Amino acid sequence: MITKVTHMCVYVLNQDSAYDFYVNKLGFKVHTDVPMGPDSRWLTVTPPEQPELEITLFPVKEGNMFDAETVGTMTDLVKKGTFGAAVFTCEDLMATYEELKGKGVEFKKAPTKEFYGYEALFKDDSGNWFSLSQLDTEK
Amino acid sequence: METEQYPKLYLYRRIVQAKLFIDRHYAEPIDLAQIADEACFSRFHFSRLFKSAYGKTPHHYLTKVRLDNAQRLLAQGVAVTQVCFSVGFDSSTSFAALFKKHFGVSPSAYQARQLEKRSSFAANPLRAVPNCFAETHGWKKSNIR
Repeated sequence: MITKVTHMCVYVLNQDSAYDFYVNKLGFKVHTDVPMGPDSRWLTVTPPEQPELEITLFPVKEGNMFDAETVGTMTDLVKKGTFGAAVFTCEDLMATYEELKGKGVEFKKAPTKEFYGYEALFKDDSGNWFSLSQLDTEK
Repeated sequence: METEQYPKLYLYRRIVQAKLFIDRHYAEPIDLAQIADEACFSRFHFSRLFKSAYGKTPHHYLTKVRLDNAQRLLAQGVAVTQVCFSVGFDSSTSFAALFKKHFGVSPSAYQARQLEKRSSFAANPLRAVPNCFAETHGWKKSNIR
């Protein structure tokens, strides 16, 4: 029986910039940041109140995993916002929206009433988009 | 659309400013009553709105920010007493008690665990990575040090 998700991956175009975005703008915590040889780094962050879920900030770069052609394709797809990576929740969407917007986070959708609560959509520094929701049951 | 759904947008902005003030100045002696006054709220109203937005009273939120930063400094190897004062607590006894209440472990035990983890990863970085990812990247003990 599968019990939990422990790791999920977000493909990012630059790990340093992703670190700044996820830690300093979104307020996520660094879980693991370990160099893997001279050119690689294993970097995971966790949502502030969910320390058991590691979000791996996976760089799109040429190496064992991606050849040059795949890097080109992935970079284009990530940049143009093809990938929706996750749904986050918060206590109060409008307060979180105001704070993140003030920190320069780009929103594709302002807080909007949905049948389950409120939802907004924002993009990370690479182009991945996320849903940010406030569920009716949370207020 | 936004203002129809959130007619009290200006209130949100003040609450967010208060939260950001705590985020920036947690290490200093913060007078929460003064923040409420500056935001032109009664103290009770400020506390109620803040809790509605962040799930915690301003006082509890400030404590949490201090404890989270204490965790970060402890993991870096900063001495426990120094951590206590540099995140804004003024008593190491109450800091230790709050830390243990919040995280279930004393500051020194937390630090020992984090430093042990760090030296374990330094000795063998592959311990930090699920094997499937290491294999996909071609990371082996021989090529990552």
